[in-house]
Amino acid sequence: METLLAALPALGEAFSLILHPTQIMYLIIGVVLGLSVGVFPGLGGIAGLSLVLPFMFGMDPVSGLALMVGLVAVVPTSDTFASVLMGIPGSSASQATVLDGFPMARKGEAARALSAAFASSLFGGLLGATVLTFFILVARPLVLSFGTPEMLMITILGLSMVAILAGRLPLKGLAAACLGLLLGTIGEAAAGGGLRMATYDIPYLIDGVTLVIVGLGIFAIPEIVSLLRQDGSIARNASLGAGWMRGVRDWFANIWLSVRCSVIGVLVGVIPGLGGSVVDWIAYGHTVQSTKDKSKFGSGDVRGVIGPESSNNAKEGGGLVPTLIFGIPGSGSMAVFLGGLALLGIDAGPQLITNDLSTTYTIVWSLALANVVGAGLCIALSGGIARLTTIRFTLLAPFLFMMIAFAAFQSRQSLGDLVALMSIGILGIFLRRFDWSRPAFLIGFVLSYQAENFANQAHQIASFRFRRGWMDGLEYIFSPIVLGILLVTVISIMVGLRQAKQILPEGKVATGRKRAPLVFLLLMLAYSITAWINAWMLRLTSDKIFPMTVATVGIIALCILLIRMMRAPETDPVFADRETGGEDAEAPHGLWTTLAWFGALLVLSALLGFIIALALFMVAFFRFRAGLGWARTLILSGLGIAGMCFIAGTLNRDFPPGLLQEFVRLPWPLT
Amino acid sequence: MTDLTKLNISKPAPLAAFGVAAVVASFALAAAPAQAGSHGMDLSGETVEFVIPFSESGGSAKWANFYAPLLSEALPGNPTVVVKYMPGAGSTKGANWFQDQTFEETNGTLIFGSSGSTQFPYLLDDPRVRYEYGDWNVVLASGTGGVAYLPPDIAEQMDGMDATGLQDIDFIWGSQGATRLDLVPLLAWRMLGMNVEPVFGIEGRGDGRLMFERGEANIDYQTSSSYLKGVTPLVEGGSAVPMMSWGALDEAGNIVRDPTFPDMPSFKEVCEATPACSTEGEAWDAWKAFFVAGFPAQKMVFLPQGASDDAIATYTQAFRDIIAREDFAEMSEVTLGDYPQMTGDAAKETLRQGTQVPAEAKAYVKDWLLEAYGVSLD
Repeated sequence: METLLAALPALGEAFSLILHPTQIMYLIIGVVLGLSVGVFPGLGGIAGLSLVLPFMFGMDPVSGLALMVGLVAVVPTSDTFASVLMGIPGSSASQATVLDGFPMARKGEAARALSAAFASSLFGGLLGATVLTFFILVARPLVLSFGTPEMLMITILGLSMVAILAGRLPLKGLAAACLGLLLGTIGEAAAGGGLRMATYDIPYLIDGVTLVIVGLGIFAIPEIVSLLRQDGSIARNASLGAGWMRGVRDWFANIWLSVRCSVIGVLVGVIPGLGGSVVDWIAYGHTVQSTKDKSKFGSGDVRGVIGPESSNNAKEGGGLVPTLIFGIPGSGSMAVFLGGLALLGIDAGPQLITNDLSTTYTIVWSLALANVVGAGLCIALSGGIARLTTIRFTLLAPFLFMMIAFAAFQSRQSLGDLVALMSIGILGIFLRRFDWSRPAFLIGFVLSYQAENFANQAHQIASFRFRRGWMDGLEYIFSPIVLGILLVTVISIMVGLRQAKQILPEGKVATGRKRAPLVFLLLMLAYSITAWINAWMLRLTSDKIFPMTVATVGIIALCILLIRMMRAPETDPVFADRETGGEDAEAPHGLWTTLAWFGALLVLSALLGFIIALALFMVAFFRFRAGLGWARTLILSGLGIAGMCFIAGTLNRDFPPGLLQEFVRLPWPLT
Repeated sequence: MTDLTKLNISKPAPLAAFGVAAVVASFALAAAPAQAGSHGMDLSGETVEFVIPFSESGGSAKWANFYAPLLSEALPGNPTVVVKYMPGAGSTKGANWFQDQTFEETNGTLIFGSSGSTQFPYLLDDPRVRYEYGDWNVVLASGTGGVAYLPPDIAEQMDGMDATGLQDIDFIWGSQGATRLDLVPLLAWRMLGMNVEPVFGIEGRGDGRLMFERGEANIDYQTSSSYLKGVTPLVEGGSAVPMMSWGALDEAGNIVRDPTFPDMPSFKEVCEATPACSTEGEAWDAWKAFFVAGFPAQKMVFLPQGASDDAIATYTQAFRDIIAREDFAEMSEVTLGDYPQMTGDAAKETLRQGTQVPAEAKAYVKDWLLEAYGVSLD
């Protein structure tokens, strides 16, 4: 109580500091930068903060805080544009938004989906800031009560969302999740450094594949290729239906859902080490489970947008708690944020709360204001930007390929990024074609690292405790928090399995020939077996136990499916194949010729470097695929290249060099 | 609180200009090469890339971002200095890349910041290492130290500096991996006869401290600046007690008490007071060699191979000017701690000590890693 009384004057003081016109200006600059960076998939808060970091030194603390917080706060707001309009998960915080947001855009309801998302973001952000105000005073013991077993349980809760997103056949969802988990284990094991499905001869694989590439490959590339084949616009009838006012009303009608998901966001954000990757899935799972009529989820239910979007902005408020009171960053962008604080002469840690509460509250106010300004700007823009969905998609596609390739290249800055993107993109295309749950795959991938590490660490600490005494060990593993989350997980799996059949995240899929689905299943089986053998050959138990367990589960699931394939008729859902009926089968362009365009961009990049390749690709695409005249072809290509150079130049990024650059030294941006 | 209000009216930084500046600067990379004449370099209008082989979130990022703006002021012509991140394979990717860069092509607009994590794989003959420190030109070396600490009830088991009482306790410790900087504390504890079980796979030393605070781990260590920030409040609150610092090097290369922690015994003192431990022999030599590589020579700035004497002199002078600034001590305390920032011959000597390990020490550590943790670097 005493601390609360001390907090109120500090809260007021901080408010008067932040309302100074200079600070507001910095805040707005931060918000605009954050929105601009957040729009690009794969860039996000880290890139934005790195951009302003050189200017932090010597800035006055309040302005610096306003600038940085403004930037961080709105990244999960603006990444919604890519998720909804193009089906590209803009960042790990908006993966789940794609599931319902993109189908809404295809129905011509992009503006509605966007404004509902922004209203939810705004509300989540404000709730996050409010909770932060009081919670930060008392959060320390709570954060400390989340040990390794508790974090493992939260990770498992996240994985249990696979049950509800598994699609028509739970076993296929399970197998897809196992494959995602296996993909996440590629590279050097965190525990003992053993190499899994990698060798020192291919350095790229040692660090594994990044989330940006998997997100783009699994979601964006299959959607873009599919849209491009149909040669229409994103909104099927090229017309816009419900407008932005409708979205705001949708949000208001579901305000309690928004409250619950915001609370989930804050709570998960508060726990250091989990990061933002689970929060939107848990929120999405909660949304689906807590609504009565589930039939529209996955094909454009606005609640599927409201849930995750409420949680991901609230998470930023929650994430500031461990960052500020322990000096331990909850995510990559928080780590850069801490670096920025140090440059401003502010030291994160317990003393920030006890001695310097007004600085803390400056951060809280900046967070709240940034959410208001950011969401306000986005709502105002959403009607206009939604028109993009009515443009002929063939004209948008080259720009999207350009953005995706550039975003992917940011993860390692090596040509390997583009190869990985292409390979995972092809995998994504097949997962989509044969109706293997892509959300389940992505959840598996995202949580693989945490699941393995927390499991290894909890096991090691627990066996250490058990050596000391049985009670000691039991108390450690079965804390009240663990039991609580366990209960939620069990309920979530049971509810999920019962309802999964109603929720078709990817819509209905036709069935037809047997051979293609069978071949794909055999390929997945072959990979799982290879991964199992590869892990078995490792020396350390800590490095091999996880991939072997996951691969075993996957192999069993795949074998049962294989038996079903041998017995079932062609109409069985196990033979789902989009090429046998529906939009894809009727598309005027073939799958492989369309994909070849993108492949050509990558091959040309490997030979000539990215910018030259992009120029050739764009000109050829606009002229021959889109059939434009030379004038418009050159104008559009020029705009694309200029825009690309501007972004890369501002962010001080390089482009992938090709073989040509090995021999000839060219000036930027051709390097 | 008052200082916030006071600072509130300080200069409005030219932020609007920076976007333009950044763009212009990036294009300028392609522009005219630096004039490297006998009168020193002029870098005006240039962009100097300060490449670090880590992500934006680590200690090296803080260190590089601390120096970048100061370097921009101190270099002739005030070039824009941008920090560029090139993470991968525990920093070997960036270092391998830097090995391929030459001075002729970069003309003094490229510098590279390495860290202990870059040196350890080099020293341990990691198969991924394709770089050679001997080819590079060091212009700055920044040292640091480290402190091990214990929960109060366990710290009581120590008899003065004699750690024999700790030998019967089972310790558990959150570690980033046995081949990283964590090798130094692990080896030290082992030499004292302590039984420390590392839980591998934590992502940063901050997570290790959190594990200690949660009571999951009962021993931990932090580098100096993290100790001052994160652990000192715990010590004051009575939930942690410092055990020892790793020490510091004096000018003759001997290990002495860390000047940042004059009241704490160094590991050498604790080792001398503990019968199980010896400050002679191959274990001690190995520990000392890796300690020097990991702490007093932790972070260094290099110009690429083939750098002209002119460029080396220019950068050395720039760093000297930075360190000589009146406000340097105050500014650096938070980010760097109170440690020597060396240039010129001192930096060269540090580099030599940090990148050369006797063959016996190397073999000893490799055998120990394999035997104790099953970690092999072949």
